[in-house]
Amino acid sequence: MLRIQERLHHCKGYARGAALGLLAGAALVSGAGLATPAFAQDKTITAVMHSGLRVLDPIITTAHITRNHGYMIYDVLVAVDENFKPQPQMADWTISDDNLVYTFTLRDGLKFHDGAAVTAADAVASLTRWGKRDSGGQLIFDITESLEAKDDKTIVWTLKSPFPALLDTVGKQSAVPPFIMPERVASGSPDEAITEYVGSGPFVFVQEEYQPGVSVTYKKFADYVPREGAASWMAGGKNVKVDTVKWVTMPDAQTAINAIMSGEIDYIEQVQIDLLPILAASEDVTVETRDDLGYQTIGRMNFKHPPFDNKKIRQAAQMALSQEDVLGTLIGNADYYKVCGAIFGCGTPLGDESGSQTLTSGGDVEGAKKLLEEAGYDGTPVVLMQPTDVVSLTAQPVVAAQALRNAGFNVDMQAMDWQTLVTRRASQSKPAEGGWNLFFTNWMVPEINSPLISPMLNGRGDGAWFGWPKDDAVEALRADFIAADTPEKQKEVAVAIQKHNLDEVLYIPLGEYAVPQARSNKLTNMIPSPVPVFWNIEKAD
Amino acid sequence: MLGYIIRRILAVIPVMTIVAIFVFLLLRLTPGDPAAIIAGDMATPAQLERIRTSLGLSDPLHVQFVTWVGLLLKGELGTSLISNTPVTQMIGQRIWPTFNIAVLTIVLSVLIAVPMGVLAAWRHRTWVDYAVMAFSVLGFSIPVFVIGYLFIQAFAIELRWFPVQGYAAPSEGFGKFLARAILPCLTLATIYVALIARMTRASMLEVLGEDYIRTARAKGVKETVVLFRHALRNAAVPIMTIIGTGFALLIGGVVVTESVFNIPGIGRLTVDAILARDYPVIQGMILLTSGLYVFINLVIDLSYTFFDPRIRY
Repeated sequence: MLRIQERLHHCKGYARGAALGLLAGAALVSGAGLATPAFAQDKTITAVMHSGLRVLDPIITTAHITRNHGYMIYDVLVAVDENFKPQPQMADWTISDDNLVYTFTLRDGLKFHDGAAVTAADAVASLTRWGKRDSGGQLIFDITESLEAKDDKTIVWTLKSPFPALLDTVGKQSAVPPFIMPERVASGSPDEAITEYVGSGPFVFVQEEYQPGVSVTYKKFADYVPREGAASWMAGGKNVKVDTVKWVTMPDAQTAINAIMSGEIDYIEQVQIDLLPILAASEDVTVETRDDLGYQTIGRMNFKHPPFDNKKIRQAAQMALSQEDVLGTLIGNADYYKVCGAIFGCGTPLGDESGSQTLTSGGDVEGAKKLLEEAGYDGTPVVLMQPTDVVSLTAQPVVAAQALRNAGFNVDMQAMDWQTLVTRRASQSKPAEGGWNLFFTNWMVPEINSPLISPMLNGRGDGAWFGWPKDDAVEALRADFIAADTPEKQKEVAVAIQKHNLDEVLYIPLGEYAVPQARSNKLTNMIPSPVPVFWNIEKAD
Repeated sequence: MLGYIIRRILAVIPVMTIVAIFVFLLLRLTPGDPAAIIAGDMATPAQLERIRTSLGLSDPLHVQFVTWVGLLLKGELGTSLISNTPVTQMIGQRIWPTFNIAVLTIVLSVLIAVPMGVLAAWRHRTWVDYAVMAFSVLGFSIPVFVIGYLFIQAFAIELRWFPVQGYAAPSEGFGKFLARAILPCLTLATIYVALIARMTRASMLEVLGEDYIRTARAKGVKETVVLFRHALRNAAVPIMTIIGTGFALLIGGVVVTESVFNIPGIGRLTVDAILARDYPVIQGMILLTSGLYVFINLVIDLSYTFFDPRIRY
C-alpha cells in the first residue's frame, strides 16, 4: 500500500512537473510570439476582405473581389466620382461637335510597374478586350467606327452614331471597369484569363507572396503620379500613404472579429450584422457604412416555362411579395436596410419608385390570389432554387416561398449550394427536368443603376441574362436611353423603363441593404466609396 | 520484409488508378460549373460557353480524362481552373501548415493521452479512471469549434498569451510558429487525447490481466517497468493503429479548426475547391490524400513488428 502511495506521489510529481513545464513553455512561446506579431508591422494595412482573391483577371470576371484587386494595381482612363460624374483619371478628353469622335490624351508621367511608359496603344488594346466582355462596352463597340492610337498619347474613338453615355460607361466602377494593361497582356483572348499582372495603378501586386484564396500583398508603387485634387470614389488623387496593404481571407466571421479586436488586423470590409454587438464593446474599432448605395436584392423568374411565361402570373407573384418581410428576415437590423422600389436604386440619378407601391407597402396577397385566378393558374409547381451556402441569399427564398404559397402558388423550394444554382440557372430545360422557375441574387447598386449595365433589363430572349425574357419594348426603351442626350431625357426614359419592368416583371426589386465595415481607429482618412479603396488612408503608429 | 514493402508499394498503383477514375467521373457528374465562378454573376450564357471552351470543359469526357492522365504520367496535377495556378504549387503552399499542425497535435496528444490511459487502466475503477473516462467523453462530445472558441477567448483575448489567429512557418522562428500553432493544436488534441487515452486504457486493461504481468509483479519487477515496458509495449498495436489513423485524418485536413484559427491548410483548400468545382485541385487533393493514407497504413503495419516481434511479414 505504501509503495502504491509512493508511486502515486511520484505520478503526482510528474503531473505537476508536466503542468509546470507546459505553462513555462506556454509563457515562453507566447512571449516569443507576441514579441514578433506578424500583423503589427508599421505602415502595413492588414485587411480582411469579403472573399478570397482567386481570379486575377478583372476583365474576365465580374467578381467584386477581382474588381477591387483591379483598382489596386491598374488605373482607368476615366472614373466616376461621388456625384456620378465622369472625371479625367489617366486621360483628359475632347468631344467633337457632332458627338461622334472622342479624343483622349494620356497625362504625363504614367508608367507601368515594369517601368515602361503607358501608351495609347496599351489603352486601345485594353479597351478593345474590355468591350468584348462588358455589356456596356459591347453596346459602345456595336456602334464603334474605329478605335485607334493616333500617337503615343492620343486615343481617338470614332462612333457611327452618338452614344451620350460613353464617358459614364467607360468611367463606371462596376462591374467591369476598363482597366488599362500593357498591350502585350491585353491583346490576348477576352475568354482566357491573363497570366501577367502588370498595371500602372497605385499599388504593385507581389506575385511571390500571393496565395490564391488565402492572402495577397500589395506594395506602394513609388513611381505612381497621382492626379491633382482630392480623391472622390474612383476619381481624383490616389495618394498612397502606407507601404504595404495585405489582404487576408478569414472564412470564419467570428475569427475576423476577434482578430480586429486584438489588434492583429486593421480592417474588415464586411461585418455580419449579427456580430455587430460584439464590436460595439471595443473602443479601438469603428463600425461604419462606407458605401451609402449598398446592395439591391432581387428575384428573377424564368420566362421560358410555365407558370412564369404568363405575365399575369408573374405580376401575381410580384404582388404577393413584401420588401419589408424579405429585408427584415435577411438583415434584421433596420439601420442597415431600406425599402426601395427603384430598380436603378434609391439615391441614384435615375432612381425612381414609380409602380412599386405594392412591393414597398407590404404586398397584396388577396390581389395576388385574384390575379392568379384571372390568369387561370393550374397549380404548376414553381421550382424555387434556394442556395444554402451564401449567407446573403438564404433568407429570400424562404420568405418568398411562404408568400407565394399564401397567394395560392404551388411552390417546390429546392435547397442546393450556390455552385449548383449558378449551373442550373443556365439550363433552359423544363423545371421538372433540371430547369427552374425562380431564384434570387444581390447586386451592388452601381451595377444596376443604369439600363445600359443592368443585366436584367436585357430583353434579347436567348441572348439575355438567365430567365431569357424576349421583350422588344424594353430593348426599344434601352435604345431611347442610349439616344437621350441630356440627363433630363435620360431620367424620363429611365422612369418609363422602371414602370415597364414592374409591369412585365423582368425582375422583382426586393429592397436595399448596406453592409457595415469595421476599421481599427489607427486608420484615418478613409474615403467613402462603393469599392473599398486603400489610397488616401493613413495609419497611426 | 523487403518483399512485403515492395508488394505494398506496388499495390498503390491499382488503388490510385481506381481512385483517379472514380474521382474524375464523380466530379464530372456533380452539378457545377467552374466557368460560372470565373465569369461572375453578370456573365451571359454565351460568355460562359466561351470560357468553358477555353478551359477545355466542353471537350468530351474521355478527352478530358486522357489529358489529365497524360499530365499525371508526367508528374503534374494540372492547373487550377479558377486561379490559373499549378495545383502542385497550391498544394505545396498549403500542405506544410497542415503537416506541421498535425505533427504537433499528434505529439501533444500522445504525450498526454498515453500516460492518462495507462494511469486509468492501472487505477481501474478509481476516481482517476473515472476522471479520465469523463474527460474522454467530454473530448468526444464537445464540437471542435466550441473548444477552439473557448481557447481563443481564454488564452488569446482574455489572457493575451497567444495570437487569435494565423499561421507562421517554423522557418520564421520556432517560437513564433509555436505561438500560433499551440491553440489549434490543443484544440485538435482534445479529441485525439480522448481517443488515444480511451484506446490505451482499454488495451492496457486487457494486457494487465495477462499471466505474464502477474508473473512480472510476482518477481518483484518495479511497477513502472511492468506498466511501461511489459504492459504498454504489448498493448501498443491497437494504440499505434489509432495514432496512425488519427494522423492520417489530420493530414487529410481539419477544415473547421483551420477556419476558426485561420490556418491556410489543405482542408480549406479542398473545401474551397469543391465549392468552386475546381476539378484539377479536387482531383489532386484526393489523389494526394489517398496516397498518404496508403503510405501511413504501411508505416503503421511496419511499426507493429517493432512493438510485437511475433508479427512477421
